[in-house]
Amino acid sequence: MAQSHKEVLTKGLFKENPVFIIMLGLCPTLGVTTQVVNGIGMGLSVIFVLVFSNIFISLLKNIIPNSVRIPSYIVIIAAFVTIVEMVMHAFAPAIYKALGIFLPLIVVNCIILGRAEAFANKNTVYDSFLDAIGMGVGFTMALILIALIREVFGAGTITLIPIGNFDGVLKIPLLYTYPVRVFTLAAGALLLMGYLKAFFTWFAERKRG
Amino acid sequence: MAYVAIFITYIFINNFILTQFLGLCPFIGVSKNSESAIGMGMAVTFVMGIASIITWLVYTFLLVPLDLVYLQTLSFILVIAALVQFVELIIQKNSPGLYQALGIFLPLITTNCAVLGIAIMNITEGYTLMQSFSAGIAAGIGFTLALVLMSNIRERMDLFPVQKSFKGVPIAFISGGLMALAFMAFDKSLLTNLLG
Repeated sequence: MAQSHKEVLTKGLFKENPVFIIMLGLCPTLGVTTQVVNGIGMGLSVIFVLVFSNIFISLLKNIIPNSVRIPSYIVIIAAFVTIVEMVMHAFAPAIYKALGIFLPLIVVNCIILGRAEAFANKNTVYDSFLDAIGMGVGFTMALILIALIREVFGAGTITLIPIGNFDGVLKIPLLYTYPVRVFTLAAGALLLMGYLKAFFTWFAERKRG
Repeated sequence: MAYVAIFITYIFINNFILTQFLGLCPFIGVSKNSESAIGMGMAVTFVMGIASIITWLVYTFLLVPLDLVYLQTLSFILVIAALVQFVELIIQKNSPGLYQALGIFLPLITTNCAVLGIAIMNITEGYTLMQSFSAGIAAGIGFTLALVLMSNIRERMDLFPVQKSFKGVPIAFISGGLMALAFMAFDKSLLTNLLG
């Protein structure tokens, strides 16, 4: 465990990207990425839960008995997920509805429990915080990438957050008229994930020489 | 009839893995050989059936009367975690054979989104107790079906040359995608045609 703070922070972005390299948290990754805005909403929720659960678990690591640590982590995580649910329901009802069942399912998102078990329970609070930020941002980036590809090809639009007069939807000329519908469906998501994973494997191999 | 509809819906039309993306981690992780796929599938079906009953009871007789509905997620995951531990103990005690077959999969089930997913879905769909139980079992069977099909595909694929960067997980995803494409043939019209 001789990682510098910078390494702890940045490893989640590319080297140990939770979605493409460690392959955790796949259900929400494919489930919510039909629109870019949903990907952003999901990503932010996961960052919030991940940061706070990592901090709390790191703070409590000497108090929680080893034999009941997993249930304790789940309770801590579930508490923060409930907070996110309530806040979203109140302030962003559209995204709350779009994320649907995947919002409460953040509880069983393997990334969060995985980071608690693999990192937060044996590192300092500050390092755990950095780790959570890095992993969360890496997750969000992966979500946005997948959502961008699926929405652009599948619907010909890019849906962002509406600001002022701008309703948040960018239309792409040709694809909007002739979208490749399969990208928005389950089958397209699985196929795309397969090709992206193959691409990242190929890329990693090449970089290694 | 309503029960037949629930079974067809959760096994084929809304197959948890292939259309709802619930339970993708074991779908990719435990589908390397068909024996463990069947073991995992049976364990998940079992837990989903029981979890559906218990979470329904907890929601209807505990959370609603006490006005604690916002604790749904928290209480459901606790119930599921406790249930999985309990099932593990019982199986270990009473049937060592089954425990050997399912043992290693049981701890993984707590974090399987499919279990928490069906518990929440039963509530949002407004099912009765028996309907929830049927939905739980049916979703479990659908999960097992997809997992076993996938494991057979992967066993076959081991014998064929696959491009290096596609080996393992990527080709599994692509096969899963093609399976999902085939499952698109099952839609709501299947129900109307079968049951009128």
